[in-house]
Amino acid sequence: MPTMKSGPVWEGKTVYKATITVRLKESVLDPQGSAVQGSLHSLGYEEVRQVRIGKTMEVWLETADFQEASDRVDAMCRKLLANPVIEDYEFRLEKGA
Amino acid sequence: MQPEQKTDSVMQRASEKEPTPEMIRDQELFREVGLSLEEFKMITHYLGRLPNWTELGIYSVMWSEHCSYKNSKPLLKRFPVDGPRVVQGPGEGAGALDIGDGQAVVFKIESHNHPSAVEPFQGAATGVGGIIRDVFSMGARPVALLNSLRFGQLHHPRVRYLFEQAVAGIAHYGNVIGIPTVGGEVEFDASYDGNPLVNAMCVGVLPQEELQKGVARGKGNPVIYVGASTGRDGIHGATFASEELGEDAEEKRPSVQVGDPFMEKLLLEACMELVKKNILIGIQDMGAAGLTSSSTEMAAKGESGMELDLDQVPQRETGMTPYEIMLSESQERMLLVVEDGREGEVQQVLDKWGLQSAVVGRVTADGRYRIRHRGNIVADIPVNTLVDDAPVQYRSGVEPAYYRENADVQPEKSLSQVDPVDALKRVLASPNVASKEWVYRQYDHMVRTSTAVRPGSDAAVVVLDGLDKALAMSTDGNSRYVYLDPREGGAVAVAEAARNVVCSGAQPLGITDCLNFGSPEKLEVFWQLEQAVDGMSEACRRLETPVVGGNVSLYNESKGTIHPSPIVGMVGLVENRRHITTQSFKRDGDRLFLLGETKAELGGSELQSVIEGKVAGRPPRVDLEVEAKLHQGILAAIRKGWVSSAHDCSNGGVAVTLAESTFGEGLGAEVDVTSPWDPIVFLFSESQSRAVLSIPPQHGDAFRQLLEEMGVPCAEIGRVTGDRLTVRVNGQQVIDTPVQDLRSIWEGAIPCEMNRSSTN
Amino acid sequence: MRFAVPVFPGSNCDQDCAKAVREVLERPADLVWYTEDSLDNYDAIILPGGFSYGDYLRTGALARFSPVMEAVAEAAEKGKLVLGICNGFQVLLEAGLLPGAMRVNDHLQFRCSIQTLQVENNSLPFTACYKQGEIIRLPIAHGEGNYYCDDQTLQELEDRGQIAFRYHGENPNGSVAGIAGIVNRRGNVLGLMPHPERAIHDWMGSRDGARLFRSMLQYWEGMYGAA
Repeated sequence: MPTMKSGPVWEGKTVYKATITVRLKESVLDPQGSAVQGSLHSLGYEEVRQVRIGKTMEVWLETADFQEASDRVDAMCRKLLANPVIEDYEFRLEKGA
Repeated sequence: MQPEQKTDSVMQRASEKEPTPEMIRDQELFREVGLSLEEFKMITHYLGRLPNWTELGIYSVMWSEHCSYKNSKPLLKRFPVDGPRVVQGPGEGAGALDIGDGQAVVFKIESHNHPSAVEPFQGAATGVGGIIRDVFSMGARPVALLNSLRFGQLHHPRVRYLFEQAVAGIAHYGNVIGIPTVGGEVEFDASYDGNPLVNAMCVGVLPQEELQKGVARGKGNPVIYVGASTGRDGIHGATFASEELGEDAEEKRPSVQVGDPFMEKLLLEACMELVKKNILIGIQDMGAAGLTSSSTEMAAKGESGMELDLDQVPQRETGMTPYEIMLSESQERMLLVVEDGREGEVQQVLDKWGLQSAVVGRVTADGRYRIRHRGNIVADIPVNTLVDDAPVQYRSGVEPAYYRENADVQPEKSLSQVDPVDALKRVLASPNVASKEWVYRQYDHMVRTSTAVRPGSDAAVVVLDGLDKALAMSTDGNSRYVYLDPREGGAVAVAEAARNVVCSGAQPLGITDCLNFGSPEKLEVFWQLEQAVDGMSEACRRLETPVVGGNVSLYNESKGTIHPSPIVGMVGLVENRRHITTQSFKRDGDRLFLLGETKAELGGSELQSVIEGKVAGRPPRVDLEVEAKLHQGILAAIRKGWVSSAHDCSNGGVAVTLAESTFGEGLGAEVDVTSPWDPIVFLFSESQSRAVLSIPPQHGDAFRQLLEEMGVPCAEIGRVTGDRLTVRVNGQQVIDTPVQDLRSIWEGAIPCEMNRSSTN
Repeated sequence: MRFAVPVFPGSNCDQDCAKAVREVLERPADLVWYTEDSLDNYDAIILPGGFSYGDYLRTGALARFSPVMEAVAEAAEKGKLVLGICNGFQVLLEAGLLPGAMRVNDHLQFRCSIQTLQVENNSLPFTACYKQGEIIRLPIAHGEGNYYCDDQTLQELEDRGQIAFRYHGENPNGSVAGIAGIVNRRGNVLGLMPHPERAIHDWMGSRDGARLFRSMLQYWEGMYGAA
């Protein structure tokens, strides 16, 4: 976990934390999810219908306002953090560390 | 540099949470870090005062078995360590042997058993990472990895989990860093159910003038830290590796480190550049006991002192105490000593590879090991008391009762009525004998495009760039034999490793060894250790393969004592690529010869294990004179270009040797022999010093004559032909089975066992 | 004909690729550090295998943003031959120079073996020395070779002859339509999971990879004459 300096570093900026979830698209077979589903079944969790494996990323950023933070995170996801050919993403944005 | 300070200015404690020196003494807290009262008294004597918590921690890791070999040192002295080819013997990161043309081969094997038992993926992965650093810290370019694995019985889900994860961890590290994993071996036995063994070996090559040492010399020279930041992971790993894993082993999980092979790849390339630039005085890996062992060993070897400033050490966690920084076993870190003033040149290379570095200290001339933290001295210790004066335990062993009892067991009688075909199928299906493709197909064994013999033959062969030469390498050890007779078993481990290398066309050069045993405090275990070392030493002397390095792993006692498991990593030299030989039959019509003498030796055999489910009797004996002659004979024939295939006889005897030789190309064999023994004994006896060679028809007579002249028993037993394996013993047909049927059993055994845990 | 082999932090087949070019074609091959932003001096580019940036985030995802990749895109634009092997293929996908994406192998394990492939299109600059439909053997070594593209893209790849190699017999990773290697529409960018540079001498177990490099040289000499 990176250590954060508390409070804004320069005037007018606020720290936001984005929690981003990236997972394979519904239409794309997820071999890890299938494997985990099988294991859950063999452990007796017969009720499990589907498992999708994804990854979570936490990004801290400093922007002027919420909207800017949201736009920037969205752009990061599209450009690098998710591969739009096979992956979907969603994120949650909150103030502070 | 700070002015000289007196020892009495050493801080009593570095943080409020730490116990004071008096508390350590009065509450006997030294026991918590694995030190005895006697050892604590020695420390007090060496310091002339009570140690503080940091100093105690430093002593505890430096005096652990893992770093000091305190239990095994007297035994290790029995190994032959000299020879005309020895460039570097034991005592450095890895040993080195001359291979001609100004080049040396650098290699070492090391265990990572305890971490792998707790967290198999990371435990095995970081074991690979550590052994690679040992080799490139010598200045050598790593060219190959091998491993030797021991697991319990695959019907236990936990064992399958450990096996699957350890293999994946080994694969992950080697694959990412881009060093081929070319060989190894796996054995399964109930004695490893709770205590798996993961031994990793790395082989490197370098021009001899580039050989590096882990040494700190020259007063005022900077000590440079390179690589990953220091965190709290792996604290007390060296001590952890030197204790029995109790029921609470799972809770010791925080001790296990996480590997980053990407970081190590960068570190490797950067160090290779620094070596080529010839600016290093000393370089050492921060392995077990991290910064402590690397820096103290470098200072001790240089007969210097060292002063470290912990505030300069890159840290990835806040509030770390000196104790934690000194004992962290965070991975992928190196310590360098360079000439004062050349820091900039080092920096330039490290910057290129994006590696962080820091000058964390200076070499001193006063023989003291002095640590500063936030301006205070937190440790001040005479260097030699940490390394050279570490306590040594002189123990003696007692012959265990089981050894005497086994003298009367005669497995040849009880096993002689077994049906040969059924026996062969069951032996081929045993995970010990079965194809290990499930394992090695997860390892990138072809990266670097030098692998001439891939996993699955007697030894792996890696060609050397720009030379006609190649290196053959093998890891071996039959723990059942060692259990039944450690002296014979130890000798067999060396003999078999050498034989494997010979069958691939190489002259054996030397070994590295890993001694995996139970607690040396048990008299029977110490007896096993002592006997095994004697047997190995004898074989190394006779076969002229000195021991140039290795590792000791004791206290493998979780849920019962493991079989004594010395592992031999052998390296051999193929003089000419044309000599590279594999075990598969190559041509229909080739004549088959069995070299060596078959005796009735089924004690500790695969057949006994598979049919009777036990390990009993006396194991096969090895006559080292006979073994040496066999090697000379096989090599002479290979060098004359007469040998199509060569495969030694080991687990499962001649029957398995023949079967495995048919699998590569699917070429069968017709064998017809006369033997003084029952068919089952002839087929499955595991007598040593034997091999099956296939020889083109036109060379057969000359081959036999040559081998007889060289004093090697040589019987023509049949020929390569068709797609069936047929064997007649004393006129009686005992096996007649399609190769494909046998191969399916052999190939399917391990995947089938492992599929139990899969989801399908 | 001069080859560049870009080296990213974590590449580990860079030397192997350069060695293959020198040994098979006797042409120069330079290792080019990822910070270089021009490849103007080179006629062909080989993106090597390995684990660029540790394969962190996604395989190939971080390498794609290094300066040398701009130069690779430029070279591809100019019609120079670009060959991406294994991790190099993954980088080309991430960079959008080839369509589709890579997933983890369907059996979830890393797989290293010598695989049989079928040459699906021998009219490409990379495959002219093979026969159409020829069965060849090349080594694979990857954990993420499970090629994916949507149905429409697959149809286009099929229709335009962009599938260069398909796995023959066992599919070792679960890739869509058994795809082992594809080219871009223009045919000058090839990405494949198998390693041709590991199959150039008999002692390696196969030498079927040598002809891939020869095809590249032959194509270039056809365009520019033997130089």
